[in-house]
Amino acid sequence: MLSPEEISEIEAEAAHYPRRDAVCIDAMRIVQRHRGWVSDESLHDIAAHLGMSVTDLDSVATFYNLIFRRPVGRHVIMICDSVSCWMMGYDRMREHLGMRLGIGLGDTTSDNRFTLLPIVCLGCCDRAPAMMVDDDLHSGLDPQKIDRALETYT
Amino acid sequence: MTPLIEKPLTKNMRPDGSVVDRKAYEQAGGYQAVRKVVQHGMTSNAVTDAVKDANLRGRGGAGFPTAKKWSFVPLGKDAPSPTYLICNADEMEPGTFKDRLLLERDPHQLIEGMIISGFAIEADVAYIFLRGEYVLAAERLLRAIAEAYDAHYLGKNILGSDYSLELHLHLSGGRYMCGEETGLLNALEGKRANPRSKPPFPPVVGLFGKPTVVNNVETLCCVPHIINHGAAWFRALGRTQDAGTKLFGASGKVKRPGLWELPMGTTIREILEEHAGGMRDGVTFRGLLPGGASTDFVTKEHLDTPMDYSAMATIGSRMGTGTMIVLDDQTCPVGMTWNLMHFFAQESCGWCTPCWSGLGWVERILKSMEEGQGKPGDLDKLTSQANMWGPGATFCALAPGAAEPLHSALKCFRDDFERHIREKRCPWR
Ligand SMILES: Cc1cc2nc3c(=O)[nH]c(=O)nc-3n(C[C@H](O)[C@H](O)[C@H](O)COP(=O)(O)O)c2cc1C
Ligand code: SF4
Ligand code: FES
Repeated sequence: MLSPEEISEIEAEAAHYPRRDAVCIDAMRIVQRHRGWVSDESLHDIAAHLGMSVTDLDSVATFYNLIFRRPVGRHVIMICDSVSCWMMGYDRMREHLGMRLGIGLGDTTSDNRFTLLPIVCLGCCDRAPAMMVDDDLHSGLDPQKIDRALETYT
Repeated sequence: MTPLIEKPLTKNMRPDGSVVDRKAYEQAGGYQAVRKVVQHGMTSNAVTDAVKDANLRGRGGAGFPTAKKWSFVPLGKDAPSPTYLICNADEMEPGTFKDRLLLERDPHQLIEGMIISGFAIEADVAYIFLRGEYVLAAERLLRAIAEAYDAHYLGKNILGSDYSLELHLHLSGGRYMCGEETGLLNALEGKRANPRSKPPFPPVVGLFGKPTVVNNVETLCCVPHIINHGAAWFRALGRTQDAGTKLFGASGKVKRPGLWELPMGTTIREILEEHAGGMRDGVTFRGLLPGGASTDFVTKEHLDTPMDYSAMATIGSRMGTGTMIVLDDQTCPVGMTWNLMHFFAQESCGWCTPCWSGLGWVERILKSMEEGQGKPGDLDKLTSQANMWGPGATFCALAPGAAEPLHSALKCFRDDFERHIREKRCPWR
């Protein structure tokens, strides 16, 4: 079931479009902000709320990489693997993260604290290499900076 | 006499990175252009004419003349309604980091540009299509939009005039294809971001089937300044036949990576050597992608070329987004090309076979070369694939964009590709 807050946030966005199903991406993002990801149950609830078929909604959901159809950890690390970051040490940063967390790209730590994902250019190439943790951008990375950043996410 | 403004787009920005709020923006002369347009009886055609005289061309990468795009929109009371204006703030082209600055630091400049551009095309509703990762920009835009509504710059009867405009922010769910203008329309309609066939073109049949103009952030930010200071002033800002200033940037192993507002037509050398400070100690310049991942490599014999739309075309490249990615001698050009092709392969929407299948194949060949498994016929295979991605051969510009760095890498760094195959290893590993 969608919570009253989720519903009111979805309705506020839906008012911006002439057709109800147009809000479906915003709706999935809203639910994900509340629950971390979009489960099958959430997908059904959103589809029912917007009067869409579940299959249609899922085909939209799976197109967009910022909509998670699988559970993620409490914090999501997205490390930029695009060209400027690659030149400035992406491979080393990814290896360091992998070693610190004991996981590879796409995985979640066993304590459910972090999920590690690759992301395309974050638009801060002049301060490469870069990553986002949840809503925060971390740039000019080196292994020490990564360690210090990770400590703040519990 | 009006003071000489050399950097209109960044003049209000604060060194500490904080946002220019409505009050500060107004104190710096902000929203005067909106007053001029809605309160002092300018017609929509007069606004479009000013932008045409200013020779403003799209800053999203392709350089399409802005007023020309606007002129396709049907106007008047018999025109289909509503008409939409969309700001493309998807900024996902690798190596590009210019719109972020405009969005985070001076959001009212963009809003003012959208009101005036909306007025020119008689738009009723406007959207800012923002990439989902730009969280700070989203917060600041939402606040700025609310401030603009409070002051009646947005909403019904703007500043008591006949013109009304609603402005909404949409946060993207991700994927590079959302930046392609018709992919963006589908994304805003809540669909997968596959491109649409053209014609009909969006200014005639766009969002929800209605007339729609899609413009880049930087393009829209130029508009208030053209209205305030005139077309002749704007044209004179450029050093070559192309008008205005441009945000130019550099990333890679240069001494001072960054972003600078400079005259259109500033040479590549000046950006690289004076503004970015040249290469870091211990590394040597090999080449650069002048404006993001989908532009052709440029090497040292072309460094004196002005960065503008036409001069860059004469050397077989493009200005693109104007943010250059600099390759040095300690970085493997084959590895770099692999990284770029990996991006395009991953982001291909899968609609056209030469794109999705060809990019996947190219990515695998480059990977095998990097891993010492390259074979003698590989370079011909890469060339023939890139030939199949030419403009017109695919549904959208993603594949032609991928062909640009691949073709030019094979030309500029041929010896390095051959060495990978001959020595059965990557010499940089
Ligand atoms: C795959 C692809 C991605 C694109 N991404 C962007 C983008 O993020 N931002 C942008 O302004 N233009 C992007 N474009 C260009 C747009 O299609 C469109 O030309 C542009 O937004 C028009 O604005 P302008 O005329 O003001 O430059 C992209 C094009 C393609 C083919
Ligand atoms: S060129 Fe590629 S991205 Fe563009 S429509 Fe075809 S398959 Fe999709
Ligand atoms: S390439 Fe990593 S932020 Fe642009």
